[in-house]
Amino acid sequence: MTPELGHFALALALALALAQTFFGLMGGWKRRSRWMDAAHSAVVGQAVFVAAAFAMLSRAFMTNDFSVAYVANNSNSALPALFKFSALWGAHEGSLLLWIFILSLWSVAVSLFSKSLPETFRARVVGILGLVSVGFLSFTLGTSNPFLRLIPAAADGADLNPLLQDVALAVHPPMLYTGYVGTAVAFAFACAAMFEGRLDATWARWTRPWTTVAWLFLTVGIALGSWWAYYELGWGGWWFWDPVENASFMPWLMSTALIHSLAVTEKRGLFKSWTLLLSIFAFSLSLLGTFLVRSGVLVSVHSFASDPARGIFILGLLTFFIIGSLLLFAWRAPLLKSSAGFGLFSREAFLLLNNVLLVVSAALILLGTLWPLFMDAFSLGKISVGPPYFNAIFLVPGVPLVVAIGVGMHSTWKHSRLAPKPVVFGVLAAVAAVLALGFMVWLSHYTLLAAVGFMAGVFVIGASLYEPWQRWRGGHSLPAAVLGMTIAHIGVGMFTIGVTGVESSKIERDIALGVGDTTEVAGYVFKLESLKPVQGPNYNATEGEVTVRHDGDLVATLHPQKRSYWVRTNPMTEAGIAVGPGRDLFAALGEDLGGGRWSVRVQYKPLIRYIWLGALVMALGGLLATADRRYRRRRPEEVAVASNSAHAEG
Amino acid sequence: MTPRRKRLVLFGSVLLGVALAAGIATLAFRDNLQYFYNPSEVAAGKVPVGKRFRVGGMVPNGSVHRETGSLTVNFEVTDFENTVKISYSGVLPDLFREGQGIIAHGKLDNQGVFVADEVLAKHDEKYMPPEVRDSLKKTHTPGTEVAAVGASKS
Repeated sequence: MTPELGHFALALALALALAQTFFGLMGGWKRRSRWMDAAHSAVVGQAVFVAAAFAMLSRAFMTNDFSVAYVANNSNSALPALFKFSALWGAHEGSLLLWIFILSLWSVAVSLFSKSLPETFRARVVGILGLVSVGFLSFTLGTSNPFLRLIPAAADGADLNPLLQDVALAVHPPMLYTGYVGTAVAFAFACAAMFEGRLDATWARWTRPWTTVAWLFLTVGIALGSWWAYYELGWGGWWFWDPVENASFMPWLMSTALIHSLAVTEKRGLFKSWTLLLSIFAFSLSLLGTFLVRSGVLVSVHSFASDPARGIFILGLLTFFIIGSLLLFAWRAPLLKSSAGFGLFSREAFLLLNNVLLVVSAALILLGTLWPLFMDAFSLGKISVGPPYFNAIFLVPGVPLVVAIGVGMHSTWKHSRLAPKPVVFGVLAAVAAVLALGFMVWLSHYTLLAAVGFMAGVFVIGASLYEPWQRWRGGHSLPAAVLGMTIAHIGVGMFTIGVTGVESSKIERDIALGVGDTTEVAGYVFKLESLKPVQGPNYNATEGEVTVRHDGDLVATLHPQKRSYWVRTNPMTEAGIAVGPGRDLFAALGEDLGGGRWSVRVQYKPLIRYIWLGALVMALGGLLATADRRYRRRRPEEVAVASNSAHAEG
Repeated sequence: MTPRRKRLVLFGSVLLGVALAAGIATLAFRDNLQYFYNPSEVAAGKVPVGKRFRVGGMVPNGSVHRETGSLTVNFEVTDFENTVKISYSGVLPDLFREGQGIIAHGKLDNQGVFVADEVLAKHDEKYMPPEVRDSLKKTHTPGTEVAAVGASKS
């Protein structure tokens, strides 16, 4: 019975989502309090029923109910319990249910925590979130129902794809979806503001914490995905410019731009239309990401099925939301005039530069991702756009962006004046140059690009620390927003140093090794000591023991495995990785080449940890920034925007 | 700054951004587009010699040869009309096997052997690269052979 109950709960949730949309939007328009209250009740009701459906599907997974087709296709009785649970979002139907579940949680949070906002505004936000939910619920019920029965029931399940049997991947989709769906909240705030014709500093202040939270989840989600690809796909890359990676990265770039543009709108009342557009773009790119991933238009690790009905449905949704919100924008944006001026090197100008660079790189990534589709659609040949393209278009706007962060953080609102004296930047640049040289000597790698990368990274970290240091010296307090900004920018610096280190000096080598053979990479001697069969909970494996010595000292012992899962018999590579503060040492088993030799991939990856660590530090900064007290004032009174002094909060 | 100058700066920076974007895109695009060809197109000499491209198709049974203990492997891909010989030195992806659709990146050498520096076989045993699927559909329907690849899927 439980699957039917789950199905029924989803249908009820759809009905409530419709009610939420109607009462939210109409109640806000007609100013009817009871309708608006009804919308908020519908939010909670919808969340309850979606949660019930989610629980029913979880139950089917945990109890091995292989009469449910989705469970039979993606689970197995021998699967460890954690992965039985995470298998729920291991394929198309369940991941959509997760999407909807997270949207309902966001909606409840918005409905509960924004009671200080004007009633009509809050109702409209909830109404628009309801509309998004209607779209996704009808999509799920119409084309991708996870509760369909399999008659007769399967004796045992076809198992979860072994690649997905991993802890990081159990956590990656929920994180990423929380970020994706969070852009819907910023979008709903933007649409509600356009309906109300109200877009002032207060509006920006309401929107900022929600956007930042969405952004930080997106950051963590992307970092987890990258980390997983590094150790689980087996080949040691951290970013492949895979269309699906791009699909998550573009909304991230847009939300990053949005966070910064919201700062200007809040502090100075400028960039209003631009901020609205960015909210629309960030959400549209999240939808586009879902479309690209789920429709099977682009094929990658993530595309589960290519059912044309699904593709057309998502395309319809996409068109509706993008065209609809852009029409709304065209209709209402002329009402929003901002007329304050700002200096050429003011903080506004730097944030504008930040926005231009971020949007340019997002646009170029979009171009590279969609170009093969256009070419194919117009029968101009089948092409693929290679990683060098993406590297180039990311590097060219990226490097100036990182440098501009370091300087721009110390600019003042409105006037072209930098808070610290120029000599401070001179000292910082000199320190950065010395440390960059240190990195390069350590890695024995001397190229201009590496020099620029290391310098930019160190410079940003140094520049970020300047203001807290000044405040600490002067005995001033450090508001959470400033602390958050500082930490997030330190994260950017760490990320930059990590990327520079790996991309300039990594060494990868494929080699045939027999037991007792050695190979040397960057001064590390890898030796294959032994190969033996081992058994896991649902797989058999060949495990190698690889010792790594540096100057004769044993520094690591790696245990790479080649696994064969019992149900899906395809082989799987589990890399052996030794993590270090300066470098990762990596060994992966390829295949038995005969004659007692195996193909082995060994790698030396300097500073790679700082890529993910940097991302986590960025997210931590975002978290601190949302804790700022001004976001929690019950009734923000001041609407007028005062120009802030040197220590303005970012 | 006056509103007029501000607009000018705004307009200027947007223009600069767009110009920058267009510039980088053209430069980066020129060298990094890789075309896909099927074995028949390669056999007909439609492909540029000395330039990187991608070729894909089914790896026929019995076509994979490796000298014992060597990293270099030779195999073929076919679209059931023509075949291309491929040589690759390195670790093959987990899902590489005979009867599977694959895509290889690399160049043709003088002997007409495609020297690959990357071989892709995607992450699902049911997966068939869409280019390969289309080109197989065009020439021949390998029905049973493809189905046999799917390991244990119901």
